Amino acid sequence: MRVGLFVPCYVDQFYPGAAIATLELLEKLGVEVVYPKNQTCCGQPMANSGFEHLTGGCNRLFIDNFSGFDYIVSPSGSCVLHIREHLHDDKRPEQAKEISHKVWELTSFLTDVLKVESLPARFPHKVGVHQSCHGQRGLHLSSMTELVAPSFSKPGSLLNMVKDLELIELERKDECCGFGGTFCVVEEAVSSKMGKDRVADHLKHGAEYITGADMSCLMHMEGILKRQGSKVKVLHIAEILNAE
Amino acid sequence: MEVGTKDHAELAEIFNKDEERVNWHDETLWWIRAKRDKSVHQLPEWEALREAASNVKFNVLSHLNTYLEQFEAAAKANGVIVHWAADAKEHNEIVHGLLKENKVTQMVKSKSMLTEECHLNEYLATHGIEVIDSDLGERIVQLAGEPPSHIVLPCIHKKKEEIGDLFHMYLGTPSNMADPQFLTETARGSLRETFLTRKVALTGVNFAIAETGEFVVCTNEGNADMGAHLADVHIACMGIEKLIPKREHLGIFLRLLTRSATGQPITTYSSHFGKPREGQQMHLVLVDNGRSVQLGRKDFRNSLKCIRCGACMNTCPVYRRSGGHSYHTAVAGPIGSILAPNLDMKKYADLPFASTLCGSCSNVCPVKIDIHDQLYKWRQVLVKEGYAPTGKKIAMQVMATTLASPTLYHAAGKMGRATIKYAPFAVNNKLNAWYKEREMPAPPKESFGEWYAKNKK
Repeated sequence: MRVGLFVPCYVDQFYPGAAIATLELLEKLGVEVVYPKNQTCCGQPMANSGFEHLTGGCNRLFIDNFSGFDYIVSPSGSCVLHIREHLHDDKRPEQAKEISHKVWELTSFLTDVLKVESLPARFPHKVGVHQSCHGQRGLHLSSMTELVAPSFSKPGSLLNMVKDLELIELERKDECCGFGGTFCVVEEAVSSKMGKDRVADHLKHGAEYITGADMSCLMHMEGILKRQGSKVKVLHIAEILNAE
Repeated sequence: MEVGTKDHAELAEIFNKDEERVNWHDETLWWIRAKRDKSVHQLPEWEALREAASNVKFNVLSHLNTYLEQFEAAAKANGVIVHWAADAKEHNEIVHGLLKENKVTQMVKSKSMLTEECHLNEYLATHGIEVIDSDLGERIVQLAGEPPSHIVLPCIHKKKEEIGDLFHMYLGTPSNMADPQFLTETARGSLRETFLTRKVALTGVNFAIAETGEFVVCTNEGNADMGAHLADVHIACMGIEKLIPKREHLGIFLRLLTRSATGQPITTYSSHFGKPREGQQMHLVLVDNGRSVQLGRKDFRNSLKCIRCGACMNTCPVYRRSGGHSYHTAVAGPIGSILAPNLDMKKYADLPFASTLCGSCSNVCPVKIDIHDQLYKWRQVLVKEGYAPTGKKIAMQVMATTLASPTLYHAAGKMGRATIKYAPFAVNNKLNAWYKEREMPAPPKESFGEWYAKNKK
């Protein structure tokens, strides 16, 4: 199985640890992983701001970089959702469609494709899981509190395989953290308030680490934790699943 | 409330200056969302009900002209006088005309968001007509001189102490009296007087049944009934999208409406109006006001399925922390943000951006409107129609160019990381909205791409 590693731009630049952990974890599970070096960004920042018509360049690059893999895997629900829903290329419509069907978010790739049932990981800490909206409500990585449906969590089931890890309960299981892409600066007041409230829920329940499948939400919450002088850290789920 | 030319972000920033109040507002609405969850989880068929309601409304919107004519004919046969209003102005003129015909200068009204949308009260006030809103929440905001901040809970932004002060000022209650039961009794007493002396009563409409010409009004206080039954003239105003085909469909919607709105199984009163009683006039005003335009917008058509339950507001993490008035339109929150641009793109260009696109609104919507997808689509329309600020346009163009070139991207990334590392003052300042309440991420010594080049290939 040959997998193309799709690393979101801000993860590449600011959180290489999350990408390294993703790569190592996949390799540990016997997957051949290739990182196409000319990748940049999925185009979501423009698209969510109303400028989807400017994403042609990103779309072309994405197709150039990720053609020919069995799967494309990324440590981000949000970027994967964007590719699945919006990747298009007028000159290569079939190829765009094929790629958008092959792209997977890391945790669901582990549970649904690799069908991982155990992991050699150990992480002796109290951990709070942040359900990032695009992964949860868009990619259905976990059940949603609004719907009358059976409960499940793909990230949760993986974290339960990690030795000595204690998951904490939250009062609001799946409330948005307020990052929202450019929303975080355009609507700074509400965005920050949402972030503070989300962080407070984790702190109240004794989290030592806040984790999730999207580094962008975690970056936002990390900014707030650091400003508050908190010792609580954020860590991408790949780094916990890869911890030994 | 004067909101002037401020946009959602600015109004939200003002609202957020009082963090304790934001907490209180958020928790109050979250409590209602939690009540909704508890109530819907008792119905294993909940998702099937939503699907059914969505399909019924889809059918209505696909055959709206036919159903409207069927409804009009049936209502007329029942002895109801039917009026058609193309827009808010015509709606207001029709209502005013009926009041003039009946030589009255006072009217009692029970909750109708449509008349808020049309600014009926203000219009009638300029023509010397006094309107008393009889819904308790609406009465409170009316006394305060404010519009409702929520379509179901109009005064949810007011604390009981503030309501006590208003009542002290206008209804003569003792000062510093904030006991909800006492205040409610006072309002009730004062409204009884209003009900008994008003000859004309206006109500909204929750559901209109094409087959029978009947309409249903849902209230918890019974104020619509009190007004309509005591008045000589009953005027009911409805948007043209309020139709359902048959009586048998009503069960689906009545089960969904209040569970979604407040977590109650059903409203205290679901009043069915068929024909005027002996000697009474019953008027129905069918209002378009942009709805047929929205019906013509393929991507936004199904926003007209909305049954005005307010669930999307209660669940919206942005609404809960910015307050209904920050949306500066009659219908606030996520649904308002996809309805308002249809009426005036320039004025409401900010609203589709007042969302993180978290999608919770679409999940609670009892008629399964894809609200967050429509917010995304409105963003595209608004930018293409030229309603994006110039600074944003330039920034987006620069970003798109950079991200379309691996070389530029790598250079920009390197530069960005170096700036944070060596010249943090360049980003850690008040020009950077991120930095106001959040630290910037610490720059790593190398990007993943650089690490990969060194370690893997």
